[in-house]
Amino acid sequence: MNTEVLVAPGTPAAPAAEHWQSATDEPAWLRWTLITTALTFLALFLVLPLLVVIYGAFEHGLRVWLDSITEPDALAAIRLTLLVVVIVVPANVVFGIAAAWSIAKFDFRGKPLLISIIDLPFAISPVVVGLIFVILVGAQGWLGPWLLENELRIIYAVPGIIIVSAFGTLPFVARELIPLMQQQGRDDEESALTLGANGWQTFWRVTLPNIKWGLIYGIILCNARAMGEFGAVAVVSGRIRGETNTMPLHIEVLYNEYMFTAAFAVSSLLTGLALVTIAVKSFVEWQEQRGRVS
Amino acid sequence: MTIELERLSKRFGGFVAVDDISLSLSEGQLTALLGPSGSGKTTLLRLIAGLERPDAGQIRVNGQDITNLHISHRSVGFVFQHYALFQHMNVFDNVAFGLTVKPWRERPGKAAIRKRVTELLDLVQLGWTADRYPSQLSGGQRQRIALARALAVEPRVLLLDEPFGALDAKVRAELRRWLRRLHDEIQVTSVFVTHDQEEALEVSDRVVVMNEGRVEQDGTPEDVYDKPANPFVYGFLGNVNLFHARIANGKARIGIGNLTVVTPEHQGENSRPGWVCVRPHDIELLPAEDQQGSLHATIELVSVVGPTARVELRADGAREMLHAELPKQRLMELGLRQGGETWIRPMNSRVFVDRRESG
Repeated sequence: MNTEVLVAPGTPAAPAAEHWQSATDEPAWLRWTLITTALTFLALFLVLPLLVVIYGAFEHGLRVWLDSITEPDALAAIRLTLLVVVIVVPANVVFGIAAAWSIAKFDFRGKPLLISIIDLPFAISPVVVGLIFVILVGAQGWLGPWLLENELRIIYAVPGIIIVSAFGTLPFVARELIPLMQQQGRDDEESALTLGANGWQTFWRVTLPNIKWGLIYGIILCNARAMGEFGAVAVVSGRIRGETNTMPLHIEVLYNEYMFTAAFAVSSLLTGLALVTIAVKSFVEWQEQRGRVS
Repeated sequence: MTIELERLSKRFGGFVAVDDISLSLSEGQLTALLGPSGSGKTTLLRLIAGLERPDAGQIRVNGQDITNLHISHRSVGFVFQHYALFQHMNVFDNVAFGLTVKPWRERPGKAAIRKRVTELLDLVQLGWTADRYPSQLSGGQRQRIALARALAVEPRVLLLDEPFGALDAKVRAELRRWLRRLHDEIQVTSVFVTHDQEEALEVSDRVVVMNEGRVEQDGTPEDVYDKPANPFVYGFLGNVNLFHARIANGKARIGIGNLTVVTPEHQGENSRPGWVCVRPHDIELLPAEDQQGSLHATIELVSVVGPTARVELRADGAREMLHAELPKQRLMELGLRQGGETWIRPMNSRVFVDRRESG
């Protein structure tokens, strides 16, 4: 809007205009106090610990760091963590897309209930999640006798770790996609169908590109959580060295045995993965923004 | 292609969207489905497209029953109100989409696709946009691209759902004239949905007026406008003043005051209730009482819009306000002002007998 129009010709400019303060502008001292508080907090609770991890990891040199992360138990923990990620993330993607698709594109009974239940893993403490599965599939659990008969080991074994990780990360992809797909509606899909595309072509060529960035964002978050999951995994894994220790569990074991350098070395690896995740996430957010603007 | 709908019905839960509709849409015609929101016009269009499944009835294209044919095999072109262009594809790929998803045996070669898309873009006069993305185009341009995309698969019928609904008034008017010319050029049997009577009357060969899931009237634009079948159609195609009346021996006597309208077509009726419908521009304002028949009224509001004056009147004994329209010049000649008095008389009217009441 052209503000000049609002002033009648010949009206002298009001003297107050020089000191005019915008409604959301605060005095300088307040601004700087707030900014300093925020930055100090950030430095103390985020940057400092990060530096401590890096310092602790490399305190005794690169050689020690390399040895710490290549000793057999550490390698086993890294392998197990990657195995969990490789299974859990794709499973979550499939579940997330299926859930979001059915919620956004179909009308059915119990839809609000489904939407709330998806959030459940965020609300329950991970330790409780672990216990739930111990009670369900542990040796003394409800399904225990049947599993023993069939020689299926879930608790204190890799399947248990994968199950609780999948449970804990369940909402990430679905929660990203549900609002996105609801907002996009069905027009694009219907349009593709009228143009002769079959269901498969419609999904790959229309639906998936439309939800691409939201999906990637969900995958990144899911991945970060799957790598870092501790509480639930601690309950079901049994912490058998070289077998059922994931990276977070391995770090705790090292720490409890006063092997601080080794603990920090593995921590630095996990932290490094987290930083990469954040970098990729920021890139995705930036891409998403750009996609929306252009 | 001729489209025949036979006794189609569709309900959503307890709501009857389409109620036993039979229609036949002839080859090459542009038909408008006109009605207020909730009248079932969009549902009817979606039934033809195969986007909804009818609860009962049959749809035939050139005599072939397509009621249970899957949407992707119906070969209909569908244009959505909000364009539904694929945002991640450029204009060229959008238009080519229908060709590239064909099974490989039927799919044209790359060069053929390029030729066809170029032809279509030229047809909608947007050849220069091939490399652009939908978000870089205006609403009107997007809708023309959506139309080109729908035409790419050489549909047997073209269905348009409120195609100009999301555009501003000026673009709307331009685009609908353009659509009319385009239709004359390509001659595809087309159906479009609108709630805008002006749009329906201006663009189409035929207007189907719908209300509450039923067809109220079906005819040429002139027919529906000049000879509305019932008070609903009369009211929907422009403003109308409704007078309750009693009809007997070819005369309709208006309930309030001394006014009778001659209606020869209702000669046989004997004291039946009904309505006299009068358009605002058919209400004549008189400076003094006419002994032949006129109603006394008070002027409640005068608003002048350009050359036309709109007058709101309250006739003695009437519950509802009456609307009259006359040239501004005429209003000044009569010297009428807000709060003043006048006499009114219908110059032109239509009488309907209330069929709901027996006897």
